[in-house]
Amino acid sequence: MNKKEIFEKYNNKTHFYGRICTVICLALFIAVPFVMGFILDAMPDLSAVGKCFLSVGLVYIVSCIAEYLIYTPMLGAGGTYLAFITGNLINMKIPCAMTSRDIVQAKAGSEESEIIATLSIATSSLVTIVVIALGVLLMIPLQPILQSPVLQPAFDNVVPALFGAMAYKYYRSNLKVAGITLMFVSLLFVLVPSLLGSVSFIVIPSGAIAIGLTLYSHMKGNKK
Amino acid sequence: MNNIMNQLNSPSVYLVVGIVILFVACVCILFMVRAYKAGLAIGMDKHKLKQAITSSATFSVLPSIGILLGVIALSGALGIPLPWLRLSVVGALHYETQVAQAASEAVGLESLSASHMTAQAFTTIALVMSVCIIWGMVFAVLFTKKYTTKKEKKEDGKKSSLAGFGDKAMNAMFVGLVSAYIGSYLGSFISGEGMFSFKGDIIPILVAIVSAVTMAFFIYLKEKKHQDWVDSFSIAGSMLVAMASAIIFGMVI
Repeated sequence: MNKKEIFEKYNNKTHFYGRICTVICLALFIAVPFVMGFILDAMPDLSAVGKCFLSVGLVYIVSCIAEYLIYTPMLGAGGTYLAFITGNLINMKIPCAMTSRDIVQAKAGSEESEIIATLSIATSSLVTIVVIALGVLLMIPLQPILQSPVLQPAFDNVVPALFGAMAYKYYRSNLKVAGITLMFVSLLFVLVPSLLGSVSFIVIPSGAIAIGLTLYSHMKGNKK
Repeated sequence: MNNIMNQLNSPSVYLVVGIVILFVACVCILFMVRAYKAGLAIGMDKHKLKQAITSSATFSVLPSIGILLGVIALSGALGIPLPWLRLSVVGALHYETQVAQAASEAVGLESLSASHMTAQAFTTIALVMSVCIIWGMVFAVLFTKKYTTKKEKKEDGKKSSLAGFGDKAMNAMFVGLVSAYIGSYLGSFISGEGMFSFKGDIIPILVAIVSAVTMAFFIYLKEKKHQDWVDSFSIAGSMLVAMASAIIFGMVI
């Protein structure tokens, strides 16, 4: 057997294992909330789940499609299955796989580069799993401190803390779009405060405005 | 409140999460061994394969610590096991936090925090996290075989201009998402307690500002001082600094 045949055989099996493992993981991830519901004697509220799915869930479908289309060719089959099971693509898996590929000087799109990507994503995932598991072990004795009332304002503001950081990251290269969108949304909330309870729905018009403005400036840029 | 946290951190919840993470670890080992063997079979240098493993391992330590900080950030509202699971697999801190926030809204919690958490809200949040951030896996199962073989036939081609807009559109979507939330903090401060009363909670706005400034500092370090390592910590680091500032704001205001 030559190199191509060996690799093809390997790759076919990779699809087989990849699909089976991903489906099992999908089932496990969906089952966990129900098992927790059984343990805590409080099953998830399915209508609330549906509501969320229609708002944030849809946003993530779009970003997942984009992620999938962009990263799959970079990672090859094995890397793709693993990367989507283990997550943290942009902040870790992709740069990790790209760095190892550069270090061993494998050509992009070659068999070698696919093998390297798989090795590197598997290693990276294992390291994350081990580091977090060790961290969690260390955190368990610290739980009373983490739950102390003094620290509660900190944990109550985890979401604004996230959005502040993200705002800087995404606004700086899209100042005009961000300014107009933010002004529109703020005005909406100021004038119709009853919407404050359903921010995740406002994400849809807000995202549409931002994308619309971007499309407009993109087309204008292309014309020039 | 302590009672609900004790439930969320109970040993049986840890056990469920531990089993799932262990399974994912086994999948990683399976893929790693197969790729290593295939690499040797197609004549790759053993040294190169090992180098890929060691470089990936060293590369991943810092980002993993960043992710661990994310577990700490979320543990205040959700207990330790659920963030442990979500951040060890599938998710990323910013996805999970947003989805958890949206879910807590949908079940009618005032905010995503331990003081408002209930067992049902918790399991609902867990399920929303699972179903909302699953699409990468679904696409992987359905399309990877077709997509990767097709790609081999015709390399790249015309996608560059489209990809250019795709990138921009994705950024724009995040601009929209972030604006919706920041706008809601402004709106709630200005009109939350009566139209134009300026009596709502100002702490979220201040926290967001501290976080943005911290992020700006991290980006400055990276771009101007070439401290690339800060990348791994920028989001979790900004969040923790901003969360710490919330304690001080809470005391002063």
